[in-house]
Amino acid sequence: MKVETIIKRCEDLYDDLDFNYVKDWKEKNKARAIGFMPVYAPRELIHAAGMLPVGIMGGGDNLEIIRGDAYFQSYICRIPRSTIELGVSGRLDFLDGMLFPAICDVIRNLSGMWQMMFKGKYVKYLDVPQNFGVEGREFYLTELAGMAKAFERVSGNRITPEALNHSIGLYNKNRQLITELYDLRSRMPHQVKTAELFLLMRASNILEVSEHTKMLRDYIAAISDSERPVRDHVRVIVTGTFCEQPPLTLVKALENSGCFIVDDDWVLGNRYQLEPIAIGDNPIEALADAYLDKTVATASRYVPGRDKGDYLVKQVREREAEGVIFAAPSFCDPALLDRPMIQDVLARENIPYTAFKYAENTGQIQVIKEQTGTFADSIKLWGSQ
Amino acid sequence: MNVQQKIQKEDSMIMQKEMIAGHFENLARAGENGKKVVYTFVPGNLNELILAFDMLPVHPEVNALQSGMRKMSGDYIQEAEKFGHSEDVCAYVKCDIGMMKKGNIGPTGLPLPKPDLLLLSYTGCFTFLKWFEILKKEYDCPIVLLQVPYQAEGKITREMRDYVTRQLEEVVVPALEKVSGKKFDPDRLKEMLALSAQAEDLLVEVWNSAKNKPSPIDAYFGGVFYIGPIFTAFRGLPECVDYYKALKAEVNYRIKNKLGPVTPEGELNDQKYRIVVEGPPSWPNFRDFWKILTDEGVVMVASTYTKVGGLFEDGFRHDPDRPLESLGEYCMGCYTNHSLPARVDILEKYIKDFSADGFMIHSIKSCNSFSAGQLLIMSELEKRTGKAGVFIESDLVDPRYFSAANIKNRLESYFQMIETKRAGA
Repeated sequence: MKVETIIKRCEDLYDDLDFNYVKDWKEKNKARAIGFMPVYAPRELIHAAGMLPVGIMGGGDNLEIIRGDAYFQSYICRIPRSTIELGVSGRLDFLDGMLFPAICDVIRNLSGMWQMMFKGKYVKYLDVPQNFGVEGREFYLTELAGMAKAFERVSGNRITPEALNHSIGLYNKNRQLITELYDLRSRMPHQVKTAELFLLMRASNILEVSEHTKMLRDYIAAISDSERPVRDHVRVIVTGTFCEQPPLTLVKALENSGCFIVDDDWVLGNRYQLEPIAIGDNPIEALADAYLDKTVATASRYVPGRDKGDYLVKQVREREAEGVIFAAPSFCDPALLDRPMIQDVLARENIPYTAFKYAENTGQIQVIKEQTGTFADSIKLWGSQ
Repeated sequence: MNVQQKIQKEDSMIMQKEMIAGHFENLARAGENGKKVVYTFVPGNLNELILAFDMLPVHPEVNALQSGMRKMSGDYIQEAEKFGHSEDVCAYVKCDIGMMKKGNIGPTGLPLPKPDLLLLSYTGCFTFLKWFEILKKEYDCPIVLLQVPYQAEGKITREMRDYVTRQLEEVVVPALEKVSGKKFDPDRLKEMLALSAQAEDLLVEVWNSAKNKPSPIDAYFGGVFYIGPIFTAFRGLPECVDYYKALKAEVNYRIKNKLGPVTPEGELNDQKYRIVVEGPPSWPNFRDFWKILTDEGVVMVASTYTKVGGLFEDGFRHDPDRPLESLGEYCMGCYTNHSLPARVDILEKYIKDFSADGFMIHSIKSCNSFSAGQLLIMSELEKRTGKAGVFIESDLVDPRYFSAANIKNRLESYFQMIETKRAGA
């Protein structure tokens, strides 16, 4: 399959704010669908109940907000208002439930709004542990067990250990291919365009996991057969985009401004587990242990030790990045409160960085492009030491 | 004439002020007195447990709000922004950081001691996690996290209670023992919890006094003084009970004599409007804000901000027979740890129980925990109670976001609307 064909399919999914793929999937499979917001949603558990997990990441820059703004003050980020807009406009009627993993107070309160506004639908605020010891493990196990029961009720299917292990296996495979794709981009960033990778990641929110895995496999095969021109770009990592997503136009602009993005943290829900989840006798425990011990750091996950920001330095070294771009959504408390701490760590390590804010419908692309272009030029001129 | 001389104050207010000032003096002398210091947050705090180890608590939000009231927060916030903190984020955090960067001189002008322990009780506010991650970089002391589950489904489950109790037993108490060098004394904790329950009984009576007409208290502007001792360093101590006894006696006197609350402008006896408030005050403009409402003849009969340290009207009391479990329940019961639907229920009950004419939502830029969802709260309350609400916006301690003229205009229009409705009724 051609790269263009695969990316066209991703673009169609990205642009379709009526989620027709999900509606068709439900009809074809006579099954249900559960939406989830960023980041730490155990999609395996939804899948094991025979339902489709659907990543909801706001409405992007293609959605006109008509009623959503009436629910939020101007100083609250954009993702809840466009998500509410999707809800009140009936675009999410196909969902049989919504999962709100703990990420910040806005998303937490959005879960309460959902309870009030969409009565009769399953709504779960997932209080993921911030205590990563035995106490947190026990609590998380009860959260997972409670969700499993609820998913059984919504779906009408039992979640057997076999079914959950099967789902874990499918998602492990999917994460393995995502890792391969990210490694490939890092090795050959001129070959794997970041805008394409972004679209492939966004497709993971919608497609059933096996279908997405096939798509990744097809893309990797297609891109390996093609030859794209090498460019004189600098290698950067983008961080801060783990919740509200940058618009595709912004992702393209970063790349066109002279940056090869060799790692990022968008659409992180599909790869927050850093290692394969164990398959065994007690898969719920395996989910809990994987979350506690092998999960990617974000500003929404507490750092108990004194190694705040070290993950990013490690990532910079491993990816041979020359700089870091902090891209935080406006009014995003977690990302913006994290930023000065992480910047201090980068400064200590002599890693250049630049920072800007965006919204999912940001229109100030040119200004940002000039900023990141200047950043890239400065690295080319003076290096990253 | 000196403006300060005009302000009328009650004995309990003076008593409260002296208690707080005494606490800051104790903190300033903590080093010479060999006292260990714990930095911790107000909502759902573990004051009795900290005191049971002879340690002194420092509450960063209290420092920030005190700095706000003393008009120092603007400079502190700008200082923090110089260090890269965004204008978008919580101003309490920036105020605290700015104060620290400028020498950590507390709001009373006395130096604040460095922490011996950072006790991060993560209750009802995500920003607390980030706040102490920032402080952790500044201080070479241990940090301990107590995660308090959110009441997303409107109740405290057995699993939630077990989680908090287990963390208290296995994480928090051992950390306090290690830092203080003292063995945990459950009997001492129980004695304090019994005193806490007494103070809580008295405070509930004070809140309920606002059901009288005229209301003898202002449950918002006056209320923030009432919560000072019980939500900070004094809950569990005899002087806390003494304070609430004195306050209750004043309230009883005012009920008997049909007097309104004492405001900075004098007694508010002519009460035209009884209003319920959602959201924290603006501290740098606290008195201006109060005056705008006093001038309109408004008395605040109930508020949610004064429940950030706990809703005792629902029956919760610290319980000496279940010391750690009840501490855990206290942590989970503070207002911002309640779900949005539960918050609507609480406000609806206040509007009805306190015979309110309407309600005011003071929406705060800094605080997403309070603010996200407040517009839905407003429409839901209007629907359920038939009472009109007014929505105003400013900030906790950032003076750049307070516009007195806008707020005054909006409130005047709101009260005109209530008058029109009354005339038509």
